[in-house]
Amino acid sequence: MKKMKLVMVGNGMAGVRTLEELIKIAPDLYDITVFGAEPHPNYNRILLSPVLAGEQTLDEIVLNPLGWYTENGITLHLGKKVVDIDRRNRVVKAEDGTEAEYDRLLICTGSNPFIPPMPGKDLEGVIAYRDIHDTNTMIEAATKYKHAVVVGGGLLGLEAANGLMLRGMRVTVVHLAPWLMERQLDEVAGKLLQTSLESRGLAFKMGAQTQALIGDKDGRVMAVQFKDSAEIPADLVVMAAGIRPNTALAIKIGLNCGKDNRSGIVVDDTMQTITDPRIYSVGECAAHRGTVYGLVAPLFEQGKVCATHLAQFGIGRYQGSLTSTKLKVTGIDLFSAGNFTGGEGCEEIVMSDPYGGVYKKLVIKDDKLIGACMYGDTVDGSWYFKLLREGRKVSDIRDKLMFGESNIGDVGHEGHSHAATMADTDEVCGCNGVSKGAICKAIKEKGLFTLEEVKKHTKASASCGSCTGLVEQLLMFTAGGDYSKAPTKKAMCACTDASHQDVREAIRKDHHLTIDAVYRSMAWRTPNGCASCRPAVNYYLISTWPKEAKDDPQSHFINERSHANIQKDGTYSVVPRMWGGTTNSSELRRIADVVDKYAIPTVKVTGGQRIDLLGVKKEDLPAVWKDLAMPSGHAYGKTLRTVKTCVGSEWCRFGTQDSTALGIELERVLWRMYAPHKVKLAVSGCPRNCAESGIKDVGVIGVDSGWEIYVGGNGGIKTDVAQFLVKLKTAAEVIEYSGAFLQLYREEGWYLERTVHYISRVGLDHVKTRILNDADGRRALHDKLLFSLDGEPDPWFEFEKAGVDARQFEPLGVI
Amino acid sequence: MSDWKAICKVDEIPLLGARRLPRKLGGDVAIFRNSEDKVFALLDSCPHKGGPLSQGIVFGESVACPLHNWTIGLDDGCARSPDEGCTPRFAVKVDSGVVHLDLEELNSVALREVPSAA
Repeated sequence: MKKMKLVMVGNGMAGVRTLEELIKIAPDLYDITVFGAEPHPNYNRILLSPVLAGEQTLDEIVLNPLGWYTENGITLHLGKKVVDIDRRNRVVKAEDGTEAEYDRLLICTGSNPFIPPMPGKDLEGVIAYRDIHDTNTMIEAATKYKHAVVVGGGLLGLEAANGLMLRGMRVTVVHLAPWLMERQLDEVAGKLLQTSLESRGLAFKMGAQTQALIGDKDGRVMAVQFKDSAEIPADLVVMAAGIRPNTALAIKIGLNCGKDNRSGIVVDDTMQTITDPRIYSVGECAAHRGTVYGLVAPLFEQGKVCATHLAQFGIGRYQGSLTSTKLKVTGIDLFSAGNFTGGEGCEEIVMSDPYGGVYKKLVIKDDKLIGACMYGDTVDGSWYFKLLREGRKVSDIRDKLMFGESNIGDVGHEGHSHAATMADTDEVCGCNGVSKGAICKAIKEKGLFTLEEVKKHTKASASCGSCTGLVEQLLMFTAGGDYSKAPTKKAMCACTDASHQDVREAIRKDHHLTIDAVYRSMAWRTPNGCASCRPAVNYYLISTWPKEAKDDPQSHFINERSHANIQKDGTYSVVPRMWGGTTNSSELRRIADVVDKYAIPTVKVTGGQRIDLLGVKKEDLPAVWKDLAMPSGHAYGKTLRTVKTCVGSEWCRFGTQDSTALGIELERVLWRMYAPHKVKLAVSGCPRNCAESGIKDVGVIGVDSGWEIYVGGNGGIKTDVAQFLVKLKTAAEVIEYSGAFLQLYREEGWYLERTVHYISRVGLDHVKTRILNDADGRRALHDKLLFSLDGEPDPWFEFEKAGVDARQFEPLGVI
Repeated sequence: MSDWKAICKVDEIPLLGARRLPRKLGGDVAIFRNSEDKVFALLDSCPHKGGPLSQGIVFGESVACPLHNWTIGLDDGCARSPDEGCTPRFAVKVDSGVVHLDLEELNSVALREVPSAA
């Protein structure tokens, strides 16, 4: 079949990224031709500032060397500006007469600097700051001249000013607004920034309107004149007063560019121009739902969507992005996102230490973070941005919000907060053991741009996420720009667009009883899901419709299928249940005999007060269970694990309550309980809290007058202290309230969401309303839990009833 | 010439599951059955850290390794992007509901891999 022809006008980051995505999914669909006005292959425009500042070289910022175009069979016309397009005959025409026919056209002409109309703007030495040519002009000027003036105190202007200063020029920044970066920073942060830049040697003229540029007799600029007629010397003037979508070509060929042609090229959610279905547009020249984006993350997302449509898959929609801002001036940390100016109905939390150079402002509305502006300490920027995009309620963490994510407990990266000061060998991601050097190498060599890509390729920040801020800083310094992913309702996995909540609701509303029914009615893209969604859907079915929906053993992770924990060498560990951490001589004898009989290499006491037998061969599991003759400890499942207890009033001279007896009773009620994630309880007999009730999903603490219940504690990746729920008088009440809370979590929690995350999502008030204020509802929840657990088998002994496929323990004969 | 050896019936392998075939000469072979009753055979060892693939969750034409959740293609034994690496695969013939593997392959492919301890 003859290939179709795709022509791309513009050879910049968004466009080439679109081609990369397209080649990935439809490598042979098109003959591709690219026109670039600049004589360079695609380079990382965001990193021009570090090049100007002398921190990187031009070669280092090339993203697609010429060889890439050749390898992919792309015809590349460099230094050829496209001047016309014949839409009727579908031909692109360049200035030098080169022509190319197209079936599909992709316009990625990017943006142009805005040069305010003023006398002298065409003098020699007056330039914009947009491309390699401008950068080289500045670098060269810095070797010959002394005085530079940058017009515009925005992101680009300040980066240019900083670079010129580092190259030895005396630089004055002229800015119309009363403070710098007025669209990205509030007044306080803007002034802090100014002070800091002044101390580095930059001069500022604020609230100043430039009237004219004055030239010398050779036609080179020599001064800048203001409206009040004051003048300052200038051998080089950099215009950084903003950018405009480069739509000249689009307007010429009649593409809709908004009212009075003042917006970008208008595209729909598929990135197709609304004027001509053969023409697509992405990047800084495209206007999507009235917005033109200038940051990499949204543009790459546009590219991805556009590629799927060019590939004729017809899937994917771009639905707009929330963006945040960071400045690429080494040593200056600032971050802003959302509505940080506040207004009607907004509350502000502000921390200001002008002498220490730290300022943070958070804007909250309706119990949600809607904006953040930070200067000096921005390591939590990505965390705030995440809260902002997710629209998470913040009342439960409000008192600690200002102090950042590390203050709500996190471990794993030795408290590092400034990626730049770390050594290459320092570990950034403690979960997956990824060093700073490895991350930077992957970013450079594999051309990674987004946090998601770094996660995929290096596994850094892919597990607990506590190093996300550091990884974003590394992306920032290594690849430049802002790399936060745009907000979307989070789909369960790649098999569907539905979220966990959507699936839960559909199962309840439509009374689905099988995974297949869910997949079919919710239009899953895969025949039988994947390893993420199938266990989740299976759990939602059995937790929503107990005794009706049938558990599917093949939709459990191996540990829950073999009822033991797989170890790194493929052997298993076995943890028998010891009620409330109590045991006796005959159990211990049986354990000892089993260890000898099956030559079990390691015996270890667990954190949950029981004994772990490690290194059991899979084929030995059924016999080990039988010989132990103890109930399954469910140490392998998203289930009730243990109820940890202290010895309590029976023995302890400080004990006020019989914590051991209550712990055993709770465990006997709750064992065999499947839940969204593992569940751990503890009962302490006095406030000395030897059972560590403060970091359990449900923690009970005995006091002289009764029991206190705490919920949502967690001793894992992030240490979360449990929150007080209620104080009760009797053990029976403790069981009812705990059971009702856990049933609520079982019915509303998302799969793999621990109680702490469940509570932070729905709010502790919601839990209180359901458990404390509604006695009938509480009893109904508790009854439903008991109904669900009634008659549930012990999987170690009742294979058939528990759906344990015994064939897994028998290998097929030996070859 | 292939030397097909009858191993088991298709329905002796759990639907969306696997069975393990130990070899005296080398690492175990994992034999998978997907939802369409297609049967695949791979060395029971993930290219990442040797996890026993027979213990993973089977979906579509893939299996998720039980140790670190790499996705391995059942048809080619290769890790799905961005992970990299392949595990040896074995030819499978299904005849009248009976799964056959090639004895020559079983006696020659991937003999030096460490046998799984499972």
